[in-house]
Amino acid sequence: MSAKEVNVFVDNRPGRLRSVAEVLSENKINVRTMTLQDHGQYGLMKLIVDKPDKAYLALADKGFACAVKEIMAILLKDKPGSFLKLADILSSHNVNVLDAYGFVIEPKKSAVFCVEVKDTSGISAILKKEGFEVLGEELYSF
Amino acid sequence: MARYWDKAVETIGATALKKLQLARLKNTVECALRTPFYQVRLKKAGINSSRDIKRLEDIRRIPFTSKDDLRECYPNGLLAVPLDDVVRVHTSSGTTGTPTVIYHTKKDLARWTDLVARSIVATGAGPSDVFQNMMTYGMFTGGLGLHYGAEAVGMTVIPMGGGNTRRQVQLMKDFRSTILHVTPSYLLHIHSKLSEFGIAVSDLNLRKAYLGAEPYSENTRKKAEQLFTIDAYNSYGLSEMNGPGVAFECEYKRDMHVWEDTYFVEVIDPRTGEVQPDGKEGEVVFTNLTREATPLLRYRTRDIAFLHKGLCECGRTHRRLSRITGRTDDMLIVNGVNVYPSQIEEVIMRIPQVGTNYQIHLEKEGTLDKLTVKVEIYSKMFSGNLSEIDALRERIKDDLRAAIIIHPGVELHEPGSLPVFEGKAKRVVDLRVKL
Repeated sequence: MSAKEVNVFVDNRPGRLRSVAEVLSENKINVRTMTLQDHGQYGLMKLIVDKPDKAYLALADKGFACAVKEIMAILLKDKPGSFLKLADILSSHNVNVLDAYGFVIEPKKSAVFCVEVKDTSGISAILKKEGFEVLGEELYSF
Repeated sequence: MARYWDKAVETIGATALKKLQLARLKNTVECALRTPFYQVRLKKAGINSSRDIKRLEDIRRIPFTSKDDLRECYPNGLLAVPLDDVVRVHTSSGTTGTPTVIYHTKKDLARWTDLVARSIVATGAGPSDVFQNMMTYGMFTGGLGLHYGAEAVGMTVIPMGGGNTRRQVQLMKDFRSTILHVTPSYLLHIHSKLSEFGIAVSDLNLRKAYLGAEPYSENTRKKAEQLFTIDAYNSYGLSEMNGPGVAFECEYKRDMHVWEDTYFVEVIDPRTGEVQPDGKEGEVVFTNLTREATPLLRYRTRDIAFLHKGLCECGRTHRRLSRITGRTDDMLIVNGVNVYPSQIEEVIMRIPQVGTNYQIHLEKEGTLDKLTVKVEIYSKMFSGNLSEIDALRERIKDDLRAAIIIHPGVELHEPGSLPVFEGKAKRVVDLRVKL
């Protein structure tokens, strides 16, 4: 199982985030979380939204260079030690994390860890066996 | 010290010069008729042998040769001798990636060297000088051209080539270099670095600089002369006419003597092709009167300049060519290297991950030129990975480096972020302040 992340290429200058936000707002798309990777002169916005395909089409329609990428969204308990448990498994299976970020869904209860790895389905299976919940579309509808 | 390298030729009278030019033109037409290109071109114009050239004015019956003609002749449509007689090849990148080639026989090289030696001596230099050549060696004719001329004069030659400023300055100091051959922008760059190296102008033994490969103003010359307390001389050449040594300033520094015994020079109206009187600006056209391997007749340089009317105080009778004031095409000169926007466009259009809109930015970084190519990401080819974008940027850089020789900066932008033009696009933004 995998979740969808919308990636948008943006110039590193004032006003670019606003223009992405404007497209999302116009299309009534709700942002769950986002990160921004800075590569100097340009950057990459990574968005988790409630309607990723719609967001992609709306942004592409406005001319943005964007893409939908599969990532792995893992549900964690929002408490000390749960991140270590996940990291242990990834480490013991020699999984290299390309990019990762997290956000809290319900304080003290649940959080989501979004990871980009090479072999999403293979690692999802391992995590499920270890008792983790790997989210699909539920990610957008919390 | 000898004032002339070849006094008889340098002070030749008008009648004798015309006679010499006519004889050499006839010879060159015979050479040209041995090439596939001119066989067709000259015969179409009714010139079947050198006997059809009776007076010097008959040169006007010969059609112009263009850079495009040279490209179409690549590699040997303009070769007039058996390859066994060729001892050197110089190619330059053409406007659209197809190179142009000039072949030289042993005799051709000897004549070129002789003209460069003549130019050097005209500046008052001689065997006691130490000549540091900062022009790039290799296919670029600036390096090798001056090198052999300087050796012929008997100067001590330091064949350093371009770049590596610290080492350049060290050599200048250690070997007491008296003459530099350098682009004006690089010479000024060297000055800006001296304090960093802990070397003062007074630690050096400089007396002269030969400045060429890029157009510059009288103010730049004065600035260079003041900063280094030297005399700076303007040098003009183009690979199609061998390279440097086509026209050079003498010790009076009042524009450049065109060596008319070897180069028949005309200034034309670039639109009509009509020959202009001396003093009037236009496109400079050269006929190389002595080259055997690659004869070129009435070659359009696309350089804009004029010929002076009066004689020079130095006693040389060869007319003087003004500084180049412009171009008839869109060629850019970036740190002495010729770049055509079309070469950059070729590279951009080959790469599917970027759009078709692009911009070329030129600005000064210190005294050196900085060229930046701005392109847009093509939205349909975007995978969402920044590492791919970074790799793409490196690839564009490498491809451009291969096409235009210089290292450009590359900027990737969002689709639609570069200005769009209706009609003729303004691709080049030249923010260089004229020095």
